[in-house]
Amino acid sequence: MSLPAGLEAQLPALQIVVPLMAALIAALLRHPRWAWWPATIAGFASCAIALLLAKSAARGEVTIYALGGWIAPFGIEYRIDALNALVLVIINFASLFALVHARRSVAAEIRPERIHWLYCAWMLCLTGLAGMTITGDAFNVFVFLEISSLASYILVASGPKRDALLASFRYLIPGSIGATFFLIGLGLLYMQTGTLNMADIAQRIGEGGTDRTIAAGALFVVIGIGVKAAIFPLHAWLPSAYEQAPSSVAAFLAGASTKVSLYVLMRFIFDIFGIDLAFGALDIDLLLMVLAIASVVAGSLVAVQQEEVKRLLAWSSIAQIGYMTLGMALGNPAGIAASALHLFNHALMKVALFLAIGNFVYRTGSSALGSLVGAGRGMPWTMAAFVVAGMSLVGVPLTAGFVSKWYLLAAALERDLWPIALLILVSSVVAAIYLWRVASAAYEPAPADSPAATIVEAPWTMLAPLLLLALANLWFGVDPSPVLRLAEQAAVQLSVPFESAEIIAPSPLSDTN
Amino acid sequence: MAENFLDAYPWWGSIVLLSIGLYVVMASRNYIKKVMGLSIFQTAVFIMYIQIGAMEGATAPIVDAHHSLYANPLTHVLILTAIVVGVATAALALALVVRIHAAWGSIEEDDIVRAAKREEAER
Repeated sequence: MSLPAGLEAQLPALQIVVPLMAALIAALLRHPRWAWWPATIAGFASCAIALLLAKSAARGEVTIYALGGWIAPFGIEYRIDALNALVLVIINFASLFALVHARRSVAAEIRPERIHWLYCAWMLCLTGLAGMTITGDAFNVFVFLEISSLASYILVASGPKRDALLASFRYLIPGSIGATFFLIGLGLLYMQTGTLNMADIAQRIGEGGTDRTIAAGALFVVIGIGVKAAIFPLHAWLPSAYEQAPSSVAAFLAGASTKVSLYVLMRFIFDIFGIDLAFGALDIDLLLMVLAIASVVAGSLVAVQQEEVKRLLAWSSIAQIGYMTLGMALGNPAGIAASALHLFNHALMKVALFLAIGNFVYRTGSSALGSLVGAGRGMPWTMAAFVVAGMSLVGVPLTAGFVSKWYLLAAALERDLWPIALLILVSSVVAAIYLWRVASAAYEPAPADSPAATIVEAPWTMLAPLLLLALANLWFGVDPSPVLRLAEQAAVQLSVPFESAEIIAPSPLSDTN
Repeated sequence: MAENFLDAYPWWGSIVLLSIGLYVVMASRNYIKKVMGLSIFQTAVFIMYIQIGAMEGATAPIVDAHHSLYANPLTHVLILTAIVVGVATAALALALVVRIHAAWGSIEEDDIVRAAKREEAER
């Protein structure tokens, strides 16, 4: 594909501007059916932009864009390397698949006069998440973090039940505390380094060594982002938020929001603080390792006991976040690559699982395990996709989940941490148990009085994204090479010191002036 | 020692406010009070930022023949952004509380938990 050169230079800005404009248009249209169109068109456009950015990142290039032509460290720069190109692809595609699904699903779950506000908030959330991912400026991360957070509180609150309001409020309080902790951390870092550009901070920390102010700042940042990433014990907001949100929104949030926070954590730990400060002086690796293990254990054990499928999937997400944190805490290139790969694969499987349950909710209005009994007969495609995505979550060979678990195991064994390797295997068995509960219920004969007895397959606009994702789970299980290349490239780029801000290319705008 | 302690008074003020805010958010069972605690907590951080940029005897950063020492304006700009974010958060939180009151008839956590339990038992 060839784009005009002027447009290609503006791709990083368009990644933010396109969903932002779509949010405005959706809000102005004020129509339950029309509002979906700008959101989805913007969704397709930003997916294309993310792919174009990823294409040059896969070659090992770092794209730098000076916002408004102000060169960093004075201006804000957007900076795309392999890691955030991968994350941009993840969030945009998670949003797109969920959006296609949302047209019918949201219309069935939400009052018509609120639908255009939902799409407006959805696009604002996507703007915020993409901004957090793409920016090379630490304070800019905070601003975009708050944009995405405020939008996601609205998304959760728009759920059909009155419990959704409580879930949203209980998400807002810890979310805001976390974001403010992040702000405190940034303040302390700024105090000591005098700069907000990520590369610049990294350079000054590298030169100046560490003192207590920087150490305190680093810990505030890690804890603040830990809330948004839902790392145990800061995960309490997540299960009810995902359960109460409209089904398509739950799929979007599960696929995109925690991933971006984990990415920010990776960026701060490996690039900004550097492994010597974060893992050497502060032992953040030990902290993350313990919390990751606790996430995996707690998430898996609680998921087994759930009777509500959306809640079950939410708890399983907490366990999966544990895996991604674990890869990060291992700190070796294999672990980082496994973590980045699992960001992608987990989005593939969790979005598919939530969309499958969304199809079921569309037909019956319930996501309780009891009402699911027998649904496999009436909804063969939906349940087949659920099983495929579930196998991927467990890590059955030839599915995407197997590849990232394999890498994580290899990374743990490389560090001779065989108890952790064992934990990964055991928790996979537990995942098989809780998904088996759902799948076996679906394929039992339905009792005559249950809604599942007369259920029919979901409309094709809801089925198509689900089946595509299920196929992608198999496709990337057989041939993970495109994602793997980005993940490995990311691990290489994270292990070398961050490029300093002075040697960057001039702004793409300055040559047009 | 005592002098150091007193010189750092903006820090102490900020830390005290921070603790008060965090305590109110966590300990209070009333949703409005929780939002108030959150605002106090955020205000403490604003104060922290502003005093990072402050300097003894410095003036506003407008170049002028009589002055040579200027305060750092960047932290003020940053915190202006954070204040806007704080206002937006508080507005959204209060709007949610209004909706919660309409849907549940209370803004006390205990009442709502009780109502939710009753609802679950009836199901």
